[in-house]
Amino acid sequence: MKISQKEIKHIAKLAKLEIDENDVEKFTNQLTAILELVEKLNEVDTEGIEPTYNIYHSKNFFREDIIKPSLEREKALSNAEETTEGHFVLKI
Amino acid sequence: MDLINLTIHELRDLIRNREVSSEEIVRSFLSRIEKLEDKVGSFITLTKEKAIEDARKIDKKIKEDISNLSDLAGIPVGIKDNIVTEGIKTTCGSRILKNFIPPYDATVVKRLKLSDAIIIGKTNMDEFAMGSSTENSAFKITKNPWDLNKVPGGSSGGSAAAVSASLVPYALGSSTGGSIRQPAAFCGIVGLKPTYGLVSRYGLVAFASSFDQIGPLTKDVEDCAIVLNSIIGFDKKDSTSVDNGNIDYTKALMKDIRGIKVALPKEYFDDKVDNRIKEKVLDAVKVLEKLGAKIDYVSLPFSEYALATYYILAPSEASSNLARFDGVRYGERVENYNSVEELIVKTRTKMFGDEVKRRIMIGTYFLSSSHYSKYYKKAQQMRTLIIRDFERVFRDFDIIISPTTPTLPYEIGEKKLVSMYFSDVLTVSANIVGIPAITLPCGYIDGLPVGMQILGKIFGEIDILSVAYAYEKNSDFQKRIPEIKEGIKSGV
Repeated sequence: MKISQKEIKHIAKLAKLEIDENDVEKFTNQLTAILELVEKLNEVDTEGIEPTYNIYHSKNFFREDIIKPSLEREKALSNAEETTEGHFVLKI
Repeated sequence: MDLINLTIHELRDLIRNREVSSEEIVRSFLSRIEKLEDKVGSFITLTKEKAIEDARKIDKKIKEDISNLSDLAGIPVGIKDNIVTEGIKTTCGSRILKNFIPPYDATVVKRLKLSDAIIIGKTNMDEFAMGSSTENSAFKITKNPWDLNKVPGGSSGGSAAAVSASLVPYALGSSTGGSIRQPAAFCGIVGLKPTYGLVSRYGLVAFASSFDQIGPLTKDVEDCAIVLNSIIGFDKKDSTSVDNGNIDYTKALMKDIRGIKVALPKEYFDDKVDNRIKEKVLDAVKVLEKLGAKIDYVSLPFSEYALATYYILAPSEASSNLARFDGVRYGERVENYNSVEELIVKTRTKMFGDEVKRRIMIGTYFLSSSHYSKYYKKAQQMRTLIIRDFERVFRDFDIIISPTTPTLPYEIGEKKLVSMYFSDVLTVSANIVGIPAITLPCGYIDGLPVGMQILGKIFGEIDILSVAYAYEKNSDFQKRIPEIKEGIKSGV
């Protein structure tokens, strides 16, 4: 199957990426090549096969709702471009 | 004494006998790095001063008491740059994290520090571990120490090349589809991907969470067991961590391999693999047979679908995991924007490399409502069938042996995109199934190393380590050291 240029633009939008007009064709061809690789799975009938989400099929681990110390605010903010009074700052 | 070519266990013995200090060891490796790093390009960040400072502290401790000394005490280590280190820049090989300084340590890093290991630097990698050659790093291309014109493999190519070139005695890497074994094989060293859940992923920057595992890259099998011992263990901070008890993996080295049942899957020895590589692996199998292993051919009929399954599931998980990079809380941020949407889009567009963009986009495509059943769900069903394949073989066999890679290390710039994806064709299954797998050198062709892959049952690390060790003791491939020069260009 071939991905259309329109689809590429739509996927990019969903993925919060911008594709330069000059690169649309390049990405279209590259993603089509990946699709061709994975379409090999169409050879196999998987009707009724249970999907594997996690190899242990484990349930979620629950714990008591007890407040414990976590990363301090200062550390959590330490990599932000700009902060004020314990908050992240965006300039809009 | 030339310390740089010694293994962890040899360095450990010297430290325990107080024949050398940690500072001497660290300085030896630092001067080796000084001499060769420009050629090999293994590191993104070096922590020279801190390493010497740490070594002095440990030397003081050693002076006082060596009774509780860990095997790793005072010995330097390289950490792949997608494993967070408090206070040390962690970039994931990406421009978006080029100045990111983690405020905490990954669990494996905490454990190494508890063992008094000394972090000497952060190693180069394909951006967000997406690649099989380390050419996708935003910062530099790592070279293969056996031939500087060739790739070291990837994505843990910096770690593998650093160990191979004796810039560090060992390193940590991470594997999502082969990112430890493939570079280890290309660089002629030992690399282990542990059972999913054995090593905590807390602090490993997520690529595809249901596949990712951290593991050791070392000079020999004994070192591999030693490193594994200090990084394993249940961690409540990783919801997929499994409590497998406190096993001493160095005990595996004493295990007799007589009677162990070895399966050779015919799909791993077919025409997609270089004949010369097959021959080397089969020669190694003969050595094991002489040591008493029972060998038989088997079939894993769904193997041919493993690569396609992986290249649906891994990018799908990645597209979701990498949504966190938005330029708001950490990472780089573009300067000019008029809205939050614009900030996010512009930042991601400018800072991610092309391979990362491709994988995010194709993953987004697979997960979108109109393609979900056809691709994502289908691949998860295939994952079940591939798991069943392996379960069936492991009912009658203890381990599976195959080549690690279908080809020898290739030229820098030679492979792109899908042709690169085929590098992982023999390694992805272990990640899909969650089983442990190790690679170790089993010969050389045209001066380039060949890796043999040994796969085990879930938590079958003892089995694969014991067979790997038995083979290693009966071959001398671990003892070869690369000259670190350019080979003859074979023309791309």
